[in-house]
Amino acid sequence: MSLTPDQLQRIALLARIDVSAEEAQGVTERLNRVLGLIDQLQAVDTQGIEPMSHALDVVQRLRPDAVTEADRRDDFQKTAPAVEQGLYLVPKVIE
Amino acid sequence: MLNSTVSELSAALAAKQLSSVELTRFFLDRIRGLNGKLNAFITVDEKHSLAQALVADERRAGKGNAGAAGPLTGIPIAHKDIFCTRGLRTTCGSRMLKEYVSPYDAHVIERFAAAGAVQLGKTNMDEFAMGSSNETSHFGPVRNPWDAARVPGGSSGGSAAAVAARMAPAATGTDTGGSIRQPAALTGVCGLKPTYGLVSRYGMIAFASSLDQGGPIARSAADLALLMNAMAGFDARDSTSLERPAEDYARELNMNLAGLRIGLPKEYFAEGVDAEVLARVREAVKWFESQGAKAVEISLPNTALAVPVYYVVAPAEASSNLSRFDGVRYGHRAKDYTDLASMYRRTRAEGFGTEVKRRILIGTYVLSHGYYDAYYLKAQKVRRLIAKDFADAYARCDLIMGPTSPSTAFVLGAKSDDPVQMYLNDIFTIPAPLAGLPGLSIPCGFDAKGLPVGLQIMGNYFAEAKMLGAAHRYQQATDWHRRAPDEARLQAPL
Repeated sequence: MSLTPDQLQRIALLARIDVSAEEAQGVTERLNRVLGLIDQLQAVDTQGIEPMSHALDVVQRLRPDAVTEADRRDDFQKTAPAVEQGLYLVPKVIE
Repeated sequence: MLNSTVSELSAALAAKQLSSVELTRFFLDRIRGLNGKLNAFITVDEKHSLAQALVADERRAGKGNAGAAGPLTGIPIAHKDIFCTRGLRTTCGSRMLKEYVSPYDAHVIERFAAAGAVQLGKTNMDEFAMGSSNETSHFGPVRNPWDAARVPGGSSGGSAAAVAARMAPAATGTDTGGSIRQPAALTGVCGLKPTYGLVSRYGMIAFASSLDQGGPIARSAADLALLMNAMAGFDARDSTSLERPAEDYARELNMNLAGLRIGLPKEYFAEGVDAEVLARVREAVKWFESQGAKAVEISLPNTALAVPVYYVVAPAEASSNLSRFDGVRYGHRAKDYTDLASMYRRTRAEGFGTEVKRRILIGTYVLSHGYYDAYYLKAQKVRRLIAKDFADAYARCDLIMGPTSPSTAFVLGAKSDDPVQMYLNDIFTIPAPLAGLPGLSIPCGFDAKGLPVGLQIMGNYFAEAKMLGAAHRYQQATDWHRRAPDEARLQAPL
């Protein structure tokens, strides 16, 4: 499988990363080298093999449904680029 | 102080031959002297380190209410800049988090604080731990203390270089596909990647969550055990943290090597591996045999598929984990944008470097509609085959040995333009984390250029104590781990 610069732009849109027209060719070319590497997997017979989604086959631990965290909104919002009255500010999305 | 292990420094502190303030000041001076050249640290806060050292000295004197002193009380330890430290910036080697100051401490940081260790600073790393040479850091590459024209390996390259250059007696790292073991090998120090789930990932900035694991970097296997005793342990805030009774990782340091079955995977002793690296590793195996261990030839037949599997699984998980960096809650936000969507796209284009963007794009692609089965699901199936290779092998041997890396440290820039060539460098360190298994690297000699060679020792799940025991016995009989870069050459300007 090999990508064209147009297909790359579609993936970049999904990933929410701008790739400029000047970069696109180089990025596509290197990405295709990596896809060439991972294409080796297609030749492997995996009939009847269960996918391994995690490093250890352990069951997800559950905890009591109780409040354990203190309210530290001010601390957490100190790291944000733009806040006002306890809210995160983003560009206008609704007219 | 310069060449002492943590265990030796700990004994000196306990005997009051040395104070933590003196020790901390010594390493801070050393960092100030060498960091301009090596670039191993991103952030150092001398005042904060010395304040912690003072508290540690009081604790050792029986003052204060932090409880009895332990072996790490007063020991300065450097932390990879992937571990969140409250009040001290945590960059993860990225422009995205250049100014980020975490409102909380990582579990690993909490554990070292409880043990009374001193934070010596935050070490340089490949951006978001994605790299094998430390060249992807936004803060510039780290240089190898053995030869400043060469890379220290990555992604925990700053931590490994700091320990190798004696800028810190020990450091923390993280390993996703080799990021502790490979830099340890390339800089001639010791590094352990524990069994998945032993060290909490809370406050450790996520790269690939099914693989990421924190671990120690130090100058001896005994020190790794000491650090593991502090780092490991259950933490309810990491959903994959294992609930197990506490163990003493130093309990097998005096193990008997007679009858130990050492598996030698033929795929690790094959063409493509530097001949000098193989010669040093074979010499080390010979020493184990001289002590009564038995070498067993084994096969890990799917080894060559580990790199392709990793470059599907890790980018897939990274593309999901790194979606949190959107310029809203923390980190960089672009200045020029027209609407919310363009704010996201500009922010991420500016905040992430080339390698991180490449992996996010790969991950987005392999998870996208129409390609998920062919890439992601397929890779997960082959991942199980790789885990099965190890299960079969450990039925026939107790430990597996081989090279950590197929070559010694390479020259800066030598592989940075070809991602595939760079990725293949991790062929021997990627398989273990895919299976969740532990691995460590210790120095076992040098090549003709005077560059260190790493011996990798892998074990079954929770075999850390045995792996460390074997490594320690080797270090009692050899002095490779005691070798340091030539001081005059190290101090010489670039």
